[in-house]
Amino acid sequence: MKHLLSTEDLSRSNAIRILDTAEEMSAVGEREVKKLPALRGRTVVNLFFEDSTRTRISFEAAAKRLSADVINFAAKGSSVSKGESLKDTAQTLSAMGADAVVIRHWASGAPHRLAATDWIDAAVINAGDGTHEHPTQALLDAFTMRRHWARLAGTGSEGTDLKGMRVAIAGDVLHSRVARSNVWLLRTLGAEVTLVAPPTLLPVGVEKWPCSVSYNLDDTLVNGVDAVMMLRVQGERMNASFFPSTREYSRRWGFDDNRLRALDDLGMTDTIIMHPGPMNRGLEISAAAADSPRSTVLAQVRNGVSVRMAALYLLLSGDTREPAPHRAPAFAAAAPSTKESN
Amino acid sequence: MAANTGTYLIQGAAILGGEPADLLIRDGIIAEIGSGLSPVGQDGGATVIDATGLVALPGMVDVHTHLREPGREDAETVETGTRAAALGGYTAVHAMANSTPVADTAGVVEQVYTLGRAAGWVDVRPVGAVTVGLAGEQLAELGAMADSRARVRMFSDDGICVHDPVLMRRALEYVKAFDGVVAQHAQEPRLTAGAQMNEGDVSAVLGLTGWPAVAEESIIARDVLLAQHVGSRLHVCHVSTAGSVEIIRWAKERGIDVTAEVTPHHLLLTDDLVRSYDPVFKVNPPLRTDADVQALRAGLADGTIDVVGTDHAPHPSEHKECEWAQAAMGMTGLETALSVVQHAMIDTGLMTWADFARVTSTAAAKIGRLSDQGRPIEAGEPANLILVDPAARWTVDPFQMATMGRNSPFKGRELPGKVVATFFKGHPTVLDGALNTPHPEAAATPAGAA
Repeated sequence: MKHLLSTEDLSRSNAIRILDTAEEMSAVGEREVKKLPALRGRTVVNLFFEDSTRTRISFEAAAKRLSADVINFAAKGSSVSKGESLKDTAQTLSAMGADAVVIRHWASGAPHRLAATDWIDAAVINAGDGTHEHPTQALLDAFTMRRHWARLAGTGSEGTDLKGMRVAIAGDVLHSRVARSNVWLLRTLGAEVTLVAPPTLLPVGVEKWPCSVSYNLDDTLVNGVDAVMMLRVQGERMNASFFPSTREYSRRWGFDDNRLRALDDLGMTDTIIMHPGPMNRGLEISAAAADSPRSTVLAQVRNGVSVRMAALYLLLSGDTREPAPHRAPAFAAAAPSTKESN
Repeated sequence: MAANTGTYLIQGAAILGGEPADLLIRDGIIAEIGSGLSPVGQDGGATVIDATGLVALPGMVDVHTHLREPGREDAETVETGTRAAALGGYTAVHAMANSTPVADTAGVVEQVYTLGRAAGWVDVRPVGAVTVGLAGEQLAELGAMADSRARVRMFSDDGICVHDPVLMRRALEYVKAFDGVVAQHAQEPRLTAGAQMNEGDVSAVLGLTGWPAVAEESIIARDVLLAQHVGSRLHVCHVSTAGSVEIIRWAKERGIDVTAEVTPHHLLLTDDLVRSYDPVFKVNPPLRTDADVQALRAGLADGTIDVVGTDHAPHPSEHKECEWAQAAMGMTGLETALSVVQHAMIDTGLMTWADFARVTSTAAAKIGRLSDQGRPIEAGEPANLILVDPAARWTVDPFQMATMGRNSPFKGRELPGKVVATFFKGHPTVLDGALNTPHPEAAATPAGAA
């Protein structure tokens, strides 16, 4: 792996390698000194063309825990006329010696452009591009689900996948990079995915995706589900006739208190509720659902740092089978090559 | 017709791909066609061109070219664009109206016409804008452009759809007064707000805003009905979907006076290429699916689609070396059109070289009302013709092209067919596959003259 651009082209062995490495990184996060020297002397640039404090600080924390030097570059401005081109920005970062570029961009495919051109030689990590993909979000979601799924199975999570897990992803799939990345990754890991959305918020062509589609959240819950992931409804959709009103949206596709009770009534004691954040409480998720013991929202945030540490480590230190210098004892167990036969 | 353009004896060219014959070109006219013609005539020696293995075709006529001048001379000029045209086998191009200023007055179309005359590589026929400033609100002075020295017959807001049905109706009616045609860029604007690529399986995965086929088809359906209602002539630019082909076929069966064009790139490329996010594949209308490509080929072969139009759209590199959403739409096409059409239509057995002449020359000249282009290759006809080596193969290199645009989607592809010579009004603008000299008339035309 030279770059992490999408989950669509992420192999099962690489996905599990990242998740297993993230487990090792997670152990570092629980120590008193939350730091590894693995990327000492390496430079990671957070190149953000779109505001996202949560994702940026998660990557920043990840890079710093690996002892990398971190540069935050907020390249806001949405058109060529307003500022420097992506090419010039990339070449500038290259000249400064960036080893990895974590890029968030409002334009789908911008990370692919960085990786495919000769503008910069650094490793490129897609931190969310337009309505295309957000691979580290999907990886942290899968990490969270995998821990849950392994715990239910009474095993450790390393080396395991999500075979048989039923996951519902509900909301604005059309505009969601989180949904896309999750669909591909969850398929790769063996989960059964159902997208639940108003027909207006599903892309033309979704019927070819490796998942089922439902217009009815209640039916999906009744049919049985192990994880429900609620997607954020963007404000700009509300006045573009994608749905009649926020109240109707909330009633039909929001995870409200009635649906929270329904999980109990249906006996689905182990079903978790996920949200990539930031949440619109009262719209796609009720406060009670967000704060319930089923909610994994904060675990997702915590796991995000571990997954991003793993991605940075694997991309910047090359093949994981080679020992990293000065690595922590907990890390020594991360020999994922033996798990590829799973 | 020009005089004193010299005498050329073309030996052994397969006219429209038929039996080899000799052609004697003298002073702008095909003087004689036969076998064993002598290079030594009454007026001295002719330059002999050995055309063994070459196909003689009428000079190609492009109904859809963006020459960018005036206004975007950093992208293309009339000089560079028409050099590219000559190299591509063209003897006439229609220069689209979306320049800066827009070609919506007699002054601007005459400027473009004069620049074309001064360049001397091909006939440049300016297209007039339908509406003032392409704004879609008020008809431009269509009559003044028709009456100008540029003798405009084709009107188009290309790049923008004349989407107001009343305005479209009026334009269709009005141009009847001077045998004009409205060339519509069929794109329902509300259905394509922010559109980046064909809406379908690929856009769903790539997260790029879709440009649905229905946005083209619904406008074409409306326009053929309008053309029928007012008894006007309609031309549909760059048809890109299978559904559009069906609607046009239906309209022609009903006797509606509609013609349609397809670009070379829509005959070969599909939206799968967008997976690279390389903006060289960004174009409007967008690359569609393989089913659309097959329908377009069938439509061109059976005459539903009348002509190939390049939609040659050069852009400076900075407009393509960027994010997909930021990039300009358009591809160059003049220097690859013949090869792509040969590859997609002739080498596949769908068309003959005679069909090729129809869709790249005869029918195109008829749509643009060019009386001395697209003529049969016969004695006494104007010598606008090309010699093509159908056995040649070459690899597309945008940096070797005459156009200033480097945005060829065929970059790196090996394609068949090469233009060996282009005769424009009896003068070889291209010889041995390379630019020769402009038509001698050009020297007599000051570029700044209005």
